[in-house]
Amino acid sequence: MIRKNPNYSSRQYVVIGIFSIITTILLARLFYIQIISEDYKKDNTVRHTTLYPSRGRIIDRNGKVLVYNDAIYDLMVVPRAVKKIDTVSFCNLLNIDKDTYINELKKARRYSSFKPSVFISQLTKEEYGKIAAVLYKYPGFYFQIRSIRSYNYPIAAHTVGNIGEVSRQDLENDSYYSIGDFIGKSGIESYYEKELRGKKGVRLIVVDVHNREKESFMDGRYDTLPVAGKDIILGLDADLQQYGEYLMNNKSGSIVAIEPSTGEVLAMISAPTYNPTDLVGRKRSNSYQRLLDDSLRPLINRAVNGTYPPGSTFKTINALIGLQSKAVNTTTKYICNGPDSSPIKCTHYHHSPVGLIDGLENSCNPYFWNVYQDMLNSYRFKNVKQGYQFWYDLVLQFGLGTSFKTDIASNSPGNIPDTNYFNKLYRGVWNAMTVRSLSIGQGELLVTPLQLANMAAAIGNEGFYYPPHYIKRFEDGSMNDSIYHKVTIDIDKAYFKNVKEGMRNVFEGNRGTARFYRIDSITVAGKTGTAENPHGLDHSIIMAFAPIDNPRIAIAVIVENAGFGSSWAAPIASLMIEKYIKGYVTRPEIEERVVKFEDIK
Amino acid sequence: MGIKNIIGKIDWFLLLLYLALLAVGLVSIYAAAFNENHTDIYDLTQNYGKQLLFIGISLFTGFVILLIDAKFFNTFAYLFYGLSIFLLLFVLVSGTTIAGSKSWIQLGIFSFQPSELAKFTTALAVAHYLGKNDTDFSKIKTKLIASGLVLLPMSLVLLQGDAGSALVFLVFLLVFYREGMTGLILITGLVAIILFLLTIFFSKWYVIIGVSVITIAVSFIIGNLKKNILKIIGVYSLIVIFVLGVNFAFNNILKPHQRNRINVILGIEKDTKNIGYNLNQSLTAIGSGGLTGKGFLQGTMTRYKYVPEQHTDFIFCTIGEEGGFLGVTVVLLLYLAFFIRIIVLAERQRSVFSRIYGYGIVSILFFHFTVNIAMTIGLMPVIGIPLPFLSYGGSSLLIFSIMIFVFLKQDANRMNIL
Repeated sequence: MIRKNPNYSSRQYVVIGIFSIITTILLARLFYIQIISEDYKKDNTVRHTTLYPSRGRIIDRNGKVLVYNDAIYDLMVVPRAVKKIDTVSFCNLLNIDKDTYINELKKARRYSSFKPSVFISQLTKEEYGKIAAVLYKYPGFYFQIRSIRSYNYPIAAHTVGNIGEVSRQDLENDSYYSIGDFIGKSGIESYYEKELRGKKGVRLIVVDVHNREKESFMDGRYDTLPVAGKDIILGLDADLQQYGEYLMNNKSGSIVAIEPSTGEVLAMISAPTYNPTDLVGRKRSNSYQRLLDDSLRPLINRAVNGTYPPGSTFKTINALIGLQSKAVNTTTKYICNGPDSSPIKCTHYHHSPVGLIDGLENSCNPYFWNVYQDMLNSYRFKNVKQGYQFWYDLVLQFGLGTSFKTDIASNSPGNIPDTNYFNKLYRGVWNAMTVRSLSIGQGELLVTPLQLANMAAAIGNEGFYYPPHYIKRFEDGSMNDSIYHKVTIDIDKAYFKNVKEGMRNVFEGNRGTARFYRIDSITVAGKTGTAENPHGLDHSIIMAFAPIDNPRIAIAVIVENAGFGSSWAAPIASLMIEKYIKGYVTRPEIEERVVKFEDIK
Repeated sequence: MGIKNIIGKIDWFLLLLYLALLAVGLVSIYAAAFNENHTDIYDLTQNYGKQLLFIGISLFTGFVILLIDAKFFNTFAYLFYGLSIFLLLFVLVSGTTIAGSKSWIQLGIFSFQPSELAKFTTALAVAHYLGKNDTDFSKIKTKLIASGLVLLPMSLVLLQGDAGSALVFLVFLLVFYREGMTGLILITGLVAIILFLLTIFFSKWYVIIGVSVITIAVSFIIGNLKKNILKIIGVYSLIVIFVLGVNFAFNNILKPHQRNRINVILGIEKDTKNIGYNLNQSLTAIGSGGLTGKGFLQGTMTRYKYVPEQHTDFIFCTIGEEGGFLGVTVVLLLYLAFFIRIIVLAERQRSVFSRIYGYGIVSILFFHFTVNIAMTIGLMPVIGIPLPFLSYGGSSLLIFSIMIFVFLKQDANRMNIL
């Protein structure tokens, strides 16, 4: 046997060439898979378990914890790992029907087959105990512990707000969140979401193909611990808030109390209100719908979004601006013919002529109409429009006509009409007579209870205020500086003292509209109002502060459709002031009358 | 020939490459089938323990082969061939069905596929036939008989429903090429594969238009149209018929699941859940290995059984995940060196039988190597054939080892041939 066809032996190089080329192709593909492409980098053996931080608590100014956390249990599912299980007994265990089971699984699968989704959220400790014991029978399901909001006092629902599951929008806006996470939906919970939520931690666990936990990934090198959210301390006084809510029983309206020296909100009541506990956990969506459908609209925060004509309370501002314009002084007096006055009637007959102090004490309409008229027509201004602009600019300095840029989210600006408005409305031809309603706080003027309370604080402070805000500070002492800043009003301090004197008489004077609600040992200054309401009965209004020197509380009260300011708003303000300053109330008969609120119905 | 004689003459380089591959295989299987409660590699209750046993049996068999007279396998080539054909027929009648193909013979706890044996015996038979002094490969008759020797077992394997193993026999084209068959057949095959892919990817009309344009261009370049017109028209018609045929077969003859499988492989359809699941897991395992790999026994995809069949057909995933790109490069180069060494040895044989046999086995091994790795990394459809010397499995390891030792024996004996 000898070699044949030796001339073909060069073909060995073709064969070696083919082998080498194919091996190179394989290596190139491997290089692509292992080094270049990102598609195959992500090992799907690692389960990321989120460690939820405890959300910051909400605490009142005296250290009372309003909102804290409780454990709840989410049943999670990884659809890919779900095996054929006895669905009937599983559904019985969870107390759901088979359709729910199928739907939830479908929903989870739509999100991701490999990533965990919430299957049933927010199970109680008892339900958790029952299910956890037999959960091993159902691969693909496991529990994740999370905290849920709990409330020590069922108060201040509008202020503290509530949390709910993130919306699609939230997920798109902030990559921090994943499906099923909670986010602040309103109030403090929403505004301070970033501080309250803390920082999620993560634990990477290697799981096998059956989703059984095997070991921690890379000895926990990439695990992070959750960082708890900051506790927030509010200016709110829980006792005062609770008392205010009690007083506003059966009524629609609002109370706002502010600490004048800081702008901290002491109490903010919007009635009717709701129990914040109703918007927690699995009953949230039902409760929410019920509150939405309620004709009294309890979800609306009237304290910051309800706008009302300020009525006579606004006379204080007009007095201040009149004095500042030099068109009138403290000795200027005007004649009042009581209900026979023109063009604006007075509510009652009283001595005449009246000056500033008497005018405020009697809430004399003709006096303020004359002040307003003389101011707008003053020779110091080129024309009425310039006079109006002078007035308008000062009114805005009180925080009226604009929203406060603080943590009180979406507070309404109310309405203060500017010259353009009247130019347009009256085709440029208008004068003091045309806008006379503004002199007594009616017409186009609209303010929120919050603005009214701030107005009281500014007057009480004699010319400055801190825009009202909820926060006192975080537990670590930090606070956002942009919220806490002083606003000064360009009106002489002396004029404030004059107006305060008139406001004192509202309570302390013999003819004061709130004289029945003075408090022993506390000098209260205020101004009642009765806001004409085109839709029904007048609103009863008051703004006040106390003690008159170095006030500790400034307050505004509006009771919708309740008539005179002196009849409902005044006693409520008086009781609130006493409660805050003394810590207790000495006039149970007034309290009882207010709470019953029978006269009106 | 005594043992001392053998030790002096055997090609230690090839033997070492072979042993290196066995070692890589054992380590990979240990990683893939690792069981924390049975970490002992000798543990016969575990797959790695069994594989170690198979390695022992294979090495012993190899040793015995080295002691047998070199002419034995040439002389009895047809007998072995006949035996394996008999076994192929036997399984067709009363084989055991495992994993969908009726291709297994069950002997107690031991099961094996005659098709594995047939690969070896066909290499023997073809080498024997072409190695005879009076055989002239340039004759048509010789080519037909040689092809017949390959097509017979191939058809029988195809009848068992084991298309993957049947395809292996096509590699004898490479052997025939080495022995003088025209290279046109290889080129035709390559063109056919390209046309097949183009037809599936694009509309048949684009392909036909493209082919038409090329044909016209080629006609002008060749010139002398009068002389070549018939040839050109003939080739052109064949191509068009082929394209239409592929298109028709793909859309009308293939079942939807087969179509899907091809579509997923070609990347026309994305699918990570159903047919693409295995492939996706395999790619993720390899891809997550990165440049340097996760380290021995650190491959999470592998250890937690994400990859199906990971100790048998998908053993390469383990190497990719734990060894990274560096690891797979080493293994691939080891294989390439192994294959080239066989070719080099084959070329130095004086005996035609030995040379053809060498080419036969290297082609078979290379085909397994290519198809197995290509399917693991998504370049080919998933065809269940093992990675030689690395995949878990006794009968395949034994047959592959016998192939190598028979060749080593021939090589060691080459000087005794006149």
